[in-house]
Amino acid sequence: MKRFSLLIGLLIVMGLLVTACKPKGPETIKIGLNAELTGGVPVVGASCKNAAELAVEEVNNAGGLEVGGKKYKIELLIEDNEDKAESAAAAAQKLNAAGVLLMIGPNASRNAIPAAEVAEANKMPMISPWSTNPKTTIDAATGQPKKYVMRACFIDDFQGVVAAKFAITELGSKKPAVLYDVASEYNKGIAEIFKRTMEENGIQVVAFETYTTGDKDFSAQLTKIIQAGADVLFLPNYYTEVPLQVQQAHKLGFTGVIFGSDSWGAKELIDLCGADCEGYFFTTHYAADIATPKAQAFIKAYEAKYGKTPDDVAALTYDSFGLAFQAIQAAGKIDREAVNQALHNVSRYEGVTGVLQFKGTGDPVKSAVVLQIKGGKFVYYTTAQP
Amino acid sequence: MQALIQQVLNALQLGSVYALIALGYTMVYGIITLINFAHGDIFMVSTYVAFFVGTALMSRLLHLPGIVVFVLTMLAAMFATALLAVLIERFAYKPLRQAPRVSAVITALGVGLFLENFTLATIGPDPRFLPKFFPVQTLTVGGVAFSNVQIIIIAVSAVVMLLLDTVVRRTMVGMAMRAVSWDKFTAPLMGVPVDRIISITFAIGASIAAIGGTLFGMVYTVDPYMGIRIGWWAFISAVVGGIGNIRGAMIGGYILGFVEIFTPVILPASTYRDFVAFSLLLVLLIFRPYGILGRPVAQKV
Repeated sequence: MKRFSLLIGLLIVMGLLVTACKPKGPETIKIGLNAELTGGVPVVGASCKNAAELAVEEVNNAGGLEVGGKKYKIELLIEDNEDKAESAAAAAQKLNAAGVLLMIGPNASRNAIPAAEVAEANKMPMISPWSTNPKTTIDAATGQPKKYVMRACFIDDFQGVVAAKFAITELGSKKPAVLYDVASEYNKGIAEIFKRTMEENGIQVVAFETYTTGDKDFSAQLTKIIQAGADVLFLPNYYTEVPLQVQQAHKLGFTGVIFGSDSWGAKELIDLCGADCEGYFFTTHYAADIATPKAQAFIKAYEAKYGKTPDDVAALTYDSFGLAFQAIQAAGKIDREAVNQALHNVSRYEGVTGVLQFKGTGDPVKSAVVLQIKGGKFVYYTTAQP
Repeated sequence: MQALIQQVLNALQLGSVYALIALGYTMVYGIITLINFAHGDIFMVSTYVAFFVGTALMSRLLHLPGIVVFVLTMLAAMFATALLAVLIERFAYKPLRQAPRVSAVITALGVGLFLENFTLATIGPDPRFLPKFFPVQTLTVGGVAFSNVQIIIIAVSAVVMLLLDTVVRRTMVGMAMRAVSWDKFTAPLMGVPVDRIISITFAIGASIAAIGGTLFGMVYTVDPYMGIRIGWWAFISAVVGGIGNIRGAMIGGYILGFVEIFTPVILPASTYRDFVAFSLLLVLLIFRPYGILGRPVAQKV
């Protein structure tokens, strides 16, 4: 009897050894998504999540991502940053603790900047699809580029310059005015660069008015803008606020052209604004109607899955994932340092939003487009090269 | 000069909405000395009711004239919001009537958070506009632009406030309300049904907020968090005017409307708006803690 139990014990030990030695099943690569699912710009978060799920699904359906001769499934961890700076940082910490290989997002600069601090401190590679403020990838204290933060879009400097040149050459503006959210990094950054570019071209901005996030009444500032005799109005503000600003400007008798930045690029802008925004312009990342074959394939897949045309956030999120996948494959191993190095070595990535090039910093070199709102749709107007 | 008149009009439009909401704060405080911090969110719910009812009534099937839809929408919002406020009073505040004052205030904050997050979870965070009940027409007289909607907001608010003032001063219900607010221990001995009067007060306060909400939704967007900022500004209006005093709340609302509009006109940036508004509150609390029209009371919170 004793010998028998010994035998059984031996068998159990052997069994344990065998299972321990068995090759592990397919491991996964964890990628974090830090998105604005609720809060001020929910459509941005929804588009980001949709595109992320599409990108991950495509790779997983193809059997996974091949890294160093082995296929890995992608596991997507989604955190809501509530469109708040402090929640964005908390979400980044949560994803870091969950052991993600890299983090995609946040999108709005006001969230991306604090989240980038967390990414940098934890040596976690981060790609922001949509944050255009220079401070996202630049260390404020030293003025040096951050080591672990990249983005898939152009920066505000470029967008502010493009918008100013557009106002001068295409709109023939002599007396431009600006109304922007002073509490939001994105709006403030573009507005200041727009003003500087205008002044460099010898044109004075006649009214440079501000408000703070959540304001719904802009009549005081708009009255000042109209009294200053402005001929065009630049609104580098989010799609949730622009319709209010445009409608109030019209009610107060403003008749000039109004134009904005890539934050206008959500279908909801047209739904909320209606005929008030007809004929107006904004600078952005890509135009669905002049897309490349790669972009066409993405637009088709996105429309099939979600029943709507992808906006710029969706396209840029998709590109962020593409960029990440390419870098992970180039790195050849599942390691943050190696992937970060590979991300910085991407010399050319052909994405949905055009060709991206990195020249030593986390900011890609790429072109911008100007879209016009025509018949309730965003229509391609012109392209601006870097 | 034109700019000045234009800004005065802008301030009147905004001040009207603040005054209507401030009335709810002041009436509830007057009758049960509770600062109903959920009131801003009750206002938010009223704009959503107006949004859904208005959108349904404006559907192409009914072919109702815009003005009829506008009135029906406002009545529906008033009724639904009054019901909500009475339910909140019955289930959240009434059980705490004998509890320390702080418990009721914290409950009010909790109810506000509940309403915000319930709306967020069920309806979603996207901002919306109320349907256009009638085409917006902008008239320009001597360089001053004003729209028909702006005139409606200012006029309707003024009429509602006059009506409320009459109800409180001239009717039996108003007299009962004043009696309860004067002495809630003696009033029931005189045959005043205290519970019913408190419910009526909540209902009136909420339906006035709903009038404000419907008017507000015609020119601004509706979202789940809209009640927070407006609630605070209306609360300051009520305190500035003298909380508990109905005419004070009206005056306070217009003062805050002027603060909001004229801060960016006089100072270089609108960033100072909240700073100016809250400074006004602080200075007033130092020199006149009972507000412009309020009376000093020995009893303290």
